[in-house]
Formats: sequence, C-alpha cells, structure tokens
Amino acid sequence: MHNQDFFLSAIIYLGAAVISVPIAKRLGLGSVLGYLLAGVLIGPFVLGLVGTEAGEVMHFAEFGVVLMLFVIGLELEPSLLWKMRRSIFGLGGLQVLGTATLIGFTAHFFGFQLNRAIAIGLILALSSTAIVLQTLSEKGLMRNIAGRSAFSVLLFQDMAVIPILALIPVLASLGAPADLSESALNNIDGVAALPGYLQLLIIIGAMSTIVIIGRFAARHVFRFIAETGMHEVFVALALLMVIGIALAMDAIGLSPALGTFAAGVVLADNEYRHELETTIDPFKGLLLGLFFISVGASINFALLVQEPLTIIQFLLLLILIKFVVLLILGKAFKLKKGYEFLFAFLLAQASEFSFVLISFSKQNMLLDEHTSAILLLIVTLSMAVSPLLLIFNDKLVSPILARWQNKVEYDEIDEEENPVILAGFGRFGLAIGRILIANGFKVTILDNNPSNVETLRKYGFKLYFGDISRPTMLEKAGIKNARLLILSMAEHDEALKISKFVRKKYPNVKILARARDIFHVFEYFNLNVKTVQREMFESATELGTQALQQLGFSNYEAYRATRTFKHHEEQVIDELYKHWLEDHGKFIKETRRFSEQVAETLNAEKNYSIHDTDCAWDVASLKNELTKEEDKIT
Amino acid sequence: MKKILILFAHPAYQKSRINKALINQVKGIEGVTINNLYEKYPDFFIDVPVEQKLLLEHDIIIWHHPFYWYSAPAIIKEWMDLVLQHGFAYGTKGRALEGKWAISAISTGGRKTIYSESGDNHFTINQFLAPYNQSATLCRMKYLPPFVVHSSHTLTERDLQLHADDYQRMILSLRDEKYDETTFSEAEYINHIIPHDA
Repeated sequence: MHNQDFFLSAIIYLGAAVISVPIAKRLGLGSVLGYLLAGVLIGPFVLGLVGTEAGEVMHFAEFGVVLMLFVIGLELEPSLLWKMRRSIFGLGGLQVLGTATLIGFTAHFFGFQLNRAIAIGLILALSSTAIVLQTLSEKGLMRNIAGRSAFSVLLFQDMAVIPILALIPVLASLGAPADLSESALNNIDGVAALPGYLQLLIIIGAMSTIVIIGRFAARHVFRFIAETGMHEVFVALALLMVIGIALAMDAIGLSPALGTFAAGVVLADNEYRHELETTIDPFKGLLLGLFFISVGASINFALLVQEPLTIIQFLLLLILIKFVVLLILGKAFKLKKGYEFLFAFLLAQASEFSFVLISFSKQNMLLDEHTSAILLLIVTLSMAVSPLLLIFNDKLVSPILARWQNKVEYDEIDEEENPVILAGFGRFGLAIGRILIANGFKVTILDNNPSNVETLRKYGFKLYFGDISRPTMLEKAGIKNARLLILSMAEHDEALKISKFVRKKYPNVKILARARDIFHVFEYFNLNVKTVQREMFESATELGTQALQQLGFSNYEAYRATRTFKHHEEQVIDELYKHWLEDHGKFIKETRRFSEQVAETLNAEKNYSIHDTDCAWDVASLKNELTKEEDKIT
Repeated sequence: MKKILILFAHPAYQKSRINKALINQVKGIEGVTINNLYEKYPDFFIDVPVEQKLLLEHDIIIWHHPFYWYSAPAIIKEWMDLVLQHGFAYGTKGRALEGKWAISAISTGGRKTIYSESGDNHFTINQFLAPYNQSATLCRMKYLPPFVVHSSHTLTERDLQLHADDYQRMILSLRDEKYDETTFSEAEYINHIIPHDA
C-alpha cells in the first residue's frame, strides 16, 4: 500500500523530469528551469499531482546538494583549494556581510524590527548551491574564472550557515520577552548549544577525523571492496560513506554539505577517485533533479495571487540588491570581460538553506507566520527566476557588453591570420596540431572543452576556448584568410554544419574533416569535402598489420598486405557512395547504422578480389617459362 | 679481423630459394651483420643516423640483392639516396667511408652467357653494375668484383648449397683478410678467386 504510493510518486516525479527537461534543454533553457517547470506543472496549483508533501520531498532531495559537493570536492585538490582561500574568505565574506547588511537595512526601512531585519538579511544573503553548481557544470563553467569565484562564495556561505543558525535564537531573544527566548534557546541542540571553544574543538576534531581516515584508511577499504569485483558493493560503500559523513556532521551541528565536501577534497588524489565520481554522479543528478522539481512544486501560487504586488516588489528588490553587491565585489576582485556580470547573475538568488533558516526562525518566534510564508515564496521564486536571469545575461547583457567592449564571452582571439584553423583539440586534433606545429605552421586552435584548453595551454599550445559552431567564433579565428580548416572535433553533426556554412560563405577555404563512419564520410562527399578520414580506420589497419607480423608475415609483406587492403577499401567506398547516393532518401536509423555498414561493405567487397593485386616478385610464371625453354633446348 | 655489413634487400624473401640459402649460410657468423632493409623499413622510412652509424662500425659493405631490371630492388636505391649523404659519404669533407671496401652480391635468373655483347642482355654484369662501382669510388671506397649467382630459378638443391658454401667462404676470407688484393683487378667475379683454405 505504502509501496504503491511510493511508486506512484516516483512515476509522477520521474515522468515530469523525463518530459520537461529535454524540452527545456531543446529550447535552450537549461535543465534547472526544466525541472522547476516540471515541479510547477505537477504541483498543487496546476495539475495537483503532488500536494504539500513536496516540501518533505525537498528536504530529502537536498541530499543531492551534499552529493554534489562531494563530487566537486573530488575534483578539487587541496593545493587548488588553498589557492582559492583569498576568494573564499575575501569575496565570500564580503558578499555575505555586504548583502546581509543591505537587505537588513531595507527590511528595517520597510518596518521590521532591527533584530528581525538582520535575520532576514542573513537568511537572504545566501545563494543556492544546487542551482548555481548545476548550472556551472552544465555550461562547463566550473573552471571558468566567474564560475570559480561563484563557487568560492558558495563555499563560504556553506560555512556561514552554522554561525547563522547559532545567531538566530540570540536575535530572537533580543526583541522578545525573556522567557520566550529562554525556551527557544533550549530548543537548539547539538553543537550550537555548547560554549564557543567546545564548538571549535568539535569542528576541528570532526574535520581531522575525516582527513585522517580519508588519507590513510580509505584507500585500503576501497581496495578491499574493489577486489570483490562486485560493482554494487562499491556503490553501496560509496553511498554509505557519504551518507555516514553527512549524518555525523548533522549530529554535531555542522553542515553535511561542508563535511562531504571536505571528504571529497581529501579523496581527490585517491586512486579510486574516478570510480567514486562516476558512482555518485547519477545519484547526485537524480536527487538534484528531484530537489528542483520539489522547489517548483512548492511555489505558493495562492499567496502570489493574494499579494502579487508585495511579492514581486520584494522579489525584484532582493535580486537587485544581491546583484549590485555581487557586481561591485566582482569588479573589486578583478573579474573582467563581462565575467563580473556572469558572476553576479549566477548568485543573485536565495538559497535552499534559506528554507531551513526561515523555518528555524519561525520556531524561535523571530518571524511570524505571514512573514515566513512571504519569505519562503520569495526565496522559491528567486530560485525559479535564476535560470531566466542567466538566459537574460547570455542573450542580452553579454552580447551588448561584447559590442561595447568589442569582446566575446569566450576567449578573446587576437584577430588571428594563421593559415590553418584546427577545430577540436582532443585526442584526434592533438596529433594533427603537433604535426603541423612541428613543421613550422602557425595554427589557430579552437576547443570547446575548458579543461582541455587549460591543460594544453600549460604545455605552451596557443589554444582558444570557444564554441566552434558559432560563425562569429570562426570569423574571429580568421576563417577569411585561412587556407585550411581542419575539423578534428568529435561533435560530428556540428562539424557537418560548420562545413556547410564554410562551403557556402568561404568557398576558398579547404576543409579537412574527421568522420565517424562511412556514412558520415558520404555526407562530407556531398558537401564536396573530399579530404576525410574515418577516426578509427587508420589505427585499426595499423594493428591489423601488426597482427599479420605476429602471424609470421615478414614486415614488408604485412605492410604491403595492409596497403593493398586500404587501396581496396577505397574502391569499396567509391562503390558504396554511388549506392548511397541512389537511395539517399532512405532513413538509416542510428542503431542500424553499423550493421548496415558492415553488410553493405561486405557485399561491395565481393566485386573486388584482394588477392590478385600483389603478384609482384612472384617468380612462378617466370620459372615455368624458363623450364619450358630449357626443355626445348635439350 | 674486418667487420662486414650485409645490406640485404629482397621484397619477397620468403619466395626466394637462392637468397634464403645464401643468407642462412652466413647468419650468425662473428663479425658479420645482416641488415635486412625490407624487414627494417617496410614503409621505406629509412633511419639515416642509424644506417650511417652502422656503416661507420663496419669495414666491408655488401649490397646483397636480386638483380631486378639490371639493378637493385627499390629500397637499395632509397638507402643510397638517403644514407650516402654529401658531407658524410662524399664531398671534400665526406670521408666517413674512406678506405672501406664495397661489394655487390647478386642473384639473377639469367645464365652467364646472355650477359655479354652477343647475348640477349647485350651487356656484362660488371657493365650493369657501373653505378654501384662509381658510387663506391665516389665515396672513396674500394669496389671489389661482384659475387654473382646465375640461373637462380633452375638451380638444384645441390647447386644452391654449393653457392651458399661459396658465399660463406668468401665472407670468411674477407673477414679474415685472406684475399690477395692484387687478384681483385683481374677477376670478373669474386666467385672465381675464393681462397680454398677459408
């Protein structure tokens, strides 16, 4: 019975996600907005598929944030974290202080008592880790300077939650009758109730335990489990560890997210890091999705309809204050090229921690029922608006800024005039680039993977981070004056689109392309791009040569055999291309693609014998002739 | 003791009876290096420094190959083009090979009689080998009379063994300096002047 309820809810939540997220993605709105809209749809005010239990679901799903911080911790080595200390404490500290003060003043101005105003300021100063980090990783901005700065601020806020929790009862006691505040104080349990120095000791003790276990014991445990060869046990262990840390942190009154983040950092150079990451990732993704859906579902539209003006006014004010503070701080901390705007828009919403803090304040009689409800609604709405703000930044603000400053939001390219543009610098492009550079050619290299860009720059490659499929990017890279455009990227369909564009607009540029398979090759042929290499073919034939050698062929024999095969393959491809042109309209399903390719190749192969071409140095016929002659003579 | 480098080239070694016999007979002899070019460079990408170092380490160089179209298989030409660099092998400063000996060891299907002015091939083997002779001379090497196996397609097993023994004896004599150098100028083929006490 209960099970049925559970599965029914699961169907509703999962179904909502599966339907709305792809649509939102297709519309360029990002997954967060998709989840939120899904939540609104199934929520009590539209379809009514889920009711007030959405709030409970949200509490459960907040665990996604914990998992997310763990995964992020895994990617951050301690040395990197140490480098970020200035932006964590400087930028983060000033952000919380500045925003809390400004919001506090505003609240006081609107008639709240000073202690309440301060509480509201502190509550709303926080930004949503879940939304921001999800957006960052979805947009590949985790390693971008604006992304890093935003992350630093979030990290500081996570730490700030603990003292704020401790502060709320104190604030409550300031403006209320003494006996009430007494009882409220007794209500807080855990670390917050202890004297300050003990709290500090416990925090240090907990962190040290995590560090010591992570450094010295974790490796052996992981190995022991990994050696069982049972993946699910490893999954269980990983979850056990993260949940255990989260609960332990919670028990001593620390932020679970912070605790697991620390655990992640400690494990960052562990050899099971990748295994952990890929194990936790799907749980993280699902829980976060669930979290966003529940946020959407718990938007109190009744209240919004009752007091639309108040709510919208405060919502705009909140976003405005946060945005201005962030923008000023961003500029002060030397964010440039529009990154300060990205940074400010990223963090201009309230946090999931705000929910906790609001209900805690209500418990402590610091905020009344009505104020709490309005605040909750504003926090939720600010989170829902957040993805829209980013779209606003992407589509409007940053193009305008770019025009003002004559800069794009990607890397700025200093009007290159190199003869070669290499699009895509992963495993494939790297080899091409190295050959060209080693032979003294100047190459403009574009890549859309920020981590690639960062690594390869360290080795002295001149590399630009950017979305290659955008015409402006290519133009900036100097397509007008280039002789060659080499499409070495793995995004095959994008690459086709680019060559279509370049063929039309810059017909003099010669295009060289990497293809996935023969059908992809044919698509290039159709665009009159004839210099195409299948990404696997050459290396496979190389290994084939080596196999022949191992089977006893002489090196030259094996070499010739493979050359012959390749030559024969060219003929087969010509044949197949003609065939493909004939029934071009035929829709070949992706899944059928490979079997189709094999069948057609093998059929075409029947027309060519591979064995009759390599008769060089065969002396049999010569011998025959000679023997006959000698017979004649004798 | 002289050190001998055999630059062996046969694109279809597995199909050649005579060259298998010859090479097998001299394999593993102390002081003799067999450098199988087609095996080493199937894609013709010859490692020039490695080859030049090999030349420096040896005193006698043997171009051992079948006689294709009155010349050598392609990789021998590629080897000469790349390895015998100006400034290394020839030119005023190219004295790396000075004083070394060079010799051609070839197998041909044709009988000896057709390699003459009146025969079908109109020229003698030594006339055809003029480019190798002159290349060696330009590199300040002494070019010896060639080791030649005729009628390679119709040799009996016994003939094969005789030639292989000759080849081995020739190489051992070269290695142990048993040749009377004055006989080189008179001999048409080195086969005819192999010392019998080798």
